[in-house]
Amino acid sequence: MLVKRKPAIWNRLYFVEIIQGLWITFKNFLFHKKVTIQFPEQRRDYSSRYRGQHYIKSVNNVENCTACMLCPTVCPASCIHIIAGEREDKEKYPVKFDIDILRCCFCGMCEEACPKDAIKLSNIYEMSQQNREVYEKDFLLEQRGNK
Amino acid sequence: MSFETAFMFGKIAIVLMGLLAVVPIMLFVERRGSALIQNRLGPNRMGPFGLFQAACDVLKFIFKEDRAPDHVNKYYWHIAPWIAVIPSFMTFAVIPFAGTYTDANGHLQFQIANLDVGILYCFSIASLGVYGIIMAGWASNNKYSLLGSLRSAAQMISYELSLGLSIVGLAMIFQSVKLGEITAQQGEVLWTIAGIEIPKWGVFLQPLGFVLFVVSVFAETNRLPFDLPEGESELIAGYHLEYGAMRFALFMMAEFINMAVASALICTLFFGGWQLLPGMDWVVGHLDALGILPSGGALVLCQALSFVTKIAIWMWIFVWVRWSIPRFRFDQLMNLGWKVMFPLALLNVLITGVLIYMGVL
Repeated sequence: MLVKRKPAIWNRLYFVEIIQGLWITFKNFLFHKKVTIQFPEQRRDYSSRYRGQHYIKSVNNVENCTACMLCPTVCPASCIHIIAGEREDKEKYPVKFDIDILRCCFCGMCEEACPKDAIKLSNIYEMSQQNREVYEKDFLLEQRGNK
Repeated sequence: MSFETAFMFGKIAIVLMGLLAVVPIMLFVERRGSALIQNRLGPNRMGPFGLFQAACDVLKFIFKEDRAPDHVNKYYWHIAPWIAVIPSFMTFAVIPFAGTYTDANGHLQFQIANLDVGILYCFSIASLGVYGIIMAGWASNNKYSLLGSLRSAAQMISYELSLGLSIVGLAMIFQSVKLGEITAQQGEVLWTIAGIEIPKWGVFLQPLGFVLFVVSVFAETNRLPFDLPEGESELIAGYHLEYGAMRFALFMMAEFINMAVASALICTLFFGGWQLLPGMDWVVGHLDALGILPSGGALVLCQALSFVTKIAIWMWIFVWVRWSIPRFRFDQLMNLGWKVMFPLALLNVLITGVLIYMGVL
């Protein structure tokens, strides 16, 4: 049974409680560490496994990608569009590699699926744009991020 | 123009400018103070420590579009902010901000109007401020605004009772309602304990009256914990819901100036008004010794400085309380006003009367 207990008279006066509350906020005001991260100068430390902006890994300026089509197949948002082509040395490569970043849900499945470690998700999280950006191959080939 | 007229205009100008200067300062203090209390940093980008943030806020208000919704009653909607602002300026007229300065030419009083009704004038004008709020809520033709102003009216009436009654004891002790006389009498020494002189401040004579007065004043200025007229969660913004740009800023100005006047009243009635703060007489002595100011000028200057310091401390307490204590529910507010504050204020009058009869006070 729920017993209704009336608070004691000194609690109902609220004087002590109010002064305690004021003391707490005063301590916060003067001594407590401030939690604000002043963004452009200070940045939050994200996990190294953070899934941010994509890039295509390249070795000696040749992309690792062989246009095997595993990433567009696994992509749940179907935001990767690859057109495959053939190099002079008969090696398969992506002529076109577009990521429609507006559709991307940053699940990281493309990274998991890739057998050549070609598509990677970096730590970059500032991707705001003024137009509806589609990341093209030239853009993705720049080695950004810290992975 | 005679000297008296010029001096009067000077006093009015100083008080008006001072009250207007309160607004940007309080904007800054409120924003950064609230941030620091909540362990944030607050706006700190504009100028040193974010000091110019207030100027930016004001600029934003000025350049915003001033639009009136279609469904409002245009006439009352337009005059309501002014009705809210003007009384808050008027209240300061009877508050003395420094002692009387005497020289060969006569006396100079640092008080705009030395009215016989004194404190009663303050209360009557302060209660006019609620008309602006009621008008805004009614003219906005919006149920949330109307509810906000209804609450405001009910709250003001309930708390004006205890506000008025809480200073009756003080008026009985000082035998006057003139603020100048009340302040002058507070300079006397009440007790001397171990060589420390305790001045005859109202807070020592009327502790219960002081608490009641402060709580009522918080309710009168519509500040948290009594800011039910603009409860965000249930009334969106209350009476100023339909206002934008400078018109909203006027309501905010009224709130800050009300705070300043309320602090000034608390200081005048309970903390000795312009009586020097402890240690200030040392400053006065040294300023007099320098001989830059005419004799007695240093005293008046330090008295004004003491008064401003006391007001500043109370303004900070207003901000501090706002960010510490949660809002009341409306029935709790009414219960507190009618069932606790009102009887306690009457009890305070009774106790004071008995003590005066017995010759203790």
